[in-house]
Amino acid sequence: MRTVYFILRKEFKQIFRNKALLPLIFVAPIIQLLILPLAADYEVKNINLAVVDHDKSSYTQKLISKITSSGYFRLSGYFNSYDEAFHQIEKDEADLILELPSNFEKKLIRENHEQVFIAVNAINGTKAGLGGSYLVQVLADFNSQIRLDWIQPPRFREQAQIEITSSNWFNPLMNFRYFMVPGILAILVTMIGSYMTALNIVKEKEIGTIEQINVTPIRKHHFILGKLIPFWVLGMFVFSIGLFGVSFLIYGIVPQGNLFLLYGFLAIYLVAVLGFGLLISTYCDTQQQAMSVAFFFVMIFMLMSGLFTSVDSMPMWAKVISQLSPVTYFIEVMRMIVLKGSDFNDIKFHFVIIGGFAILLMSWAILNYRKTT
Amino acid sequence: MDYSVEVKNIKKTYQAGKEIVTALHGISFDVKQGELFGLIGPDGAGKTSLFRILTTVLLPDGGSATVNGFDVVKDYKKIRNCVGYMPGKFSLYQDLTVEENLSFFATLFNTTIEENYELIKDIYVQIEPFKTRRAGKLSGGMKQKLALSCALIHKPAVLFLDEPTTGVDPVSRKEFWEMLKRLKQQGITIVVSTPYMDEATLCDRIALIQQGKILSIDKPEKITKSFPHQLYAIKSAEIYQLLKDVNAFENSLSCYAFGEYLHLIFKEEHDNRETDLLKFLKMRDHSDIELKPIDASIEDCFIELLK
Repeated sequence: MRTVYFILRKEFKQIFRNKALLPLIFVAPIIQLLILPLAADYEVKNINLAVVDHDKSSYTQKLISKITSSGYFRLSGYFNSYDEAFHQIEKDEADLILELPSNFEKKLIRENHEQVFIAVNAINGTKAGLGGSYLVQVLADFNSQIRLDWIQPPRFREQAQIEITSSNWFNPLMNFRYFMVPGILAILVTMIGSYMTALNIVKEKEIGTIEQINVTPIRKHHFILGKLIPFWVLGMFVFSIGLFGVSFLIYGIVPQGNLFLLYGFLAIYLVAVLGFGLLISTYCDTQQQAMSVAFFFVMIFMLMSGLFTSVDSMPMWAKVISQLSPVTYFIEVMRMIVLKGSDFNDIKFHFVIIGGFAILLMSWAILNYRKTT
Repeated sequence: MDYSVEVKNIKKTYQAGKEIVTALHGISFDVKQGELFGLIGPDGAGKTSLFRILTTVLLPDGGSATVNGFDVVKDYKKIRNCVGYMPGKFSLYQDLTVEENLSFFATLFNTTIEENYELIKDIYVQIEPFKTRRAGKLSGGMKQKLALSCALIHKPAVLFLDEPTTGVDPVSRKEFWEMLKRLKQQGITIVVSTPYMDEATLCDRIALIQQGKILSIDKPEKITKSFPHQLYAIKSAEIYQLLKDVNAFENSLSCYAFGEYLHLIFKEEHDNRETDLLKFLKMRDHSDIELKPIDASIEDCFIELLK
């Protein structure tokens, strides 16, 4: 154990002496956590709307001002014909065309129904889908409003109607950041843990110091412990900065669940991540190789672990990949504990799986790490 | 125990793509206790493979070896406690200071700098003024002294030095060999490898090694004495033309450049050989010819053994 202490002392000295690495470990995650959630926002705003109003009545005026006042749409202009408006889409200056027929107001009052035409630029799928449905919602709203203006509702309704009201649980304001920040924090901790471990050990190989270490009577597990503990501590530390310093103080996200439970899970998760880093280092001889391999996996983790897109809506093959990634479980647990306040019973399944990952990755790495070739 | 290092028929092969490269073809030799033993051979001769096997970081494919009485495969843990190894490449922590490196390696062997200070004093005093400097910022010669100090800090019984003087200036090289002599006086067995033939004479015994085979093992002076021919050194004003002409001479067995002279062996060592050659060369317009019999050096023996 004394040997482990000496290796630890040496490792920490080296980490704190590395003037290029230190800011990368401590400052970069904070900056990323500040910037990424702001950009990764699924709410579509600033949809450019081209209006072709053949009616020019007070109703169409009302409708258009209702649409623009919703905050999601920006009027790119009024046009006299559909072709003119379509030209705007071609120039990428409009995303949606709303065409209101002539006699819109008259027909609506006299015949009690009228049709409007919506054309959507579908190049950006998300924007098209959401923009179209926002517009339909506004139209529906407008529809029921004018009906309210006209008729006194009868005392007894002729037809039974179901009105839907919804309430958003766990994230009442549907604040997208509440969803993204815990997930991004999980990814950052994963990146730091795996990159730093892999690079640190490969660096010893590259410089040749491992050769000098290998001829000493130092035990294999002492060396590995001395290498992994610093990054386990760093992972915990960076996570805490992210959770309290950025997530709580800046985004105002108050973890709903038990913090000890969260840290307990993180402790095991970090073992899995460090095992992953160690595993990479045993297969690589240069830092360049290690970096490329680690980057390849982190990229998959980032895109396939349900950070940006829901795992449930992935095709079967992608779901399998996502279930093979330990990051998926950590992101889920982060969101469950921080947003939902889940307790141990809710995440015991996750605990078992991440424990399995930790044992598997660590033993694979240790078996593959040989002192004697 | 008479022998510090015993090597019996050690074999090592590497897989390089589809080809199998043999680095060591069954090598055997012994190193006596307290001896300064040199492994002399060009790059790629298998010196480093042999060192790595003896320091237990590489497993041999065949044969057996003991260091300080311990088997390199079975008792590798015991060997690691009693050998010092200085790899050819500087492999200490560049971002730690001189003192930190030394005390780190001392602690790995469960000892302290103070405990074995006597042993390294001679070497360490020279770099002690820079003990707060990072190892990466030291000059080549100082790095080498630090590496030697680190390899000695646990008072090893056997010291393995893999090409310690490669890439070091002549003055530091000379200093380094003097340090080795002093260490030898303290009873440490030293096995050193080098590609420089001139360093061979500084060893007690040497093994000439080439392409994984040992060509000859003996004391340096015995090896040079066993040179089977009379060697001549020759030079003239036009050294390059001279080499061509001497090789064209019918009675010359071999002739090669060696410093400012050419070294020459005759095919038939009859009495008129010198005058015959001089006559032959004068006919070819050589001036300032100097021809003299000399003693063979290790390098000459090496070249002879390679034939």
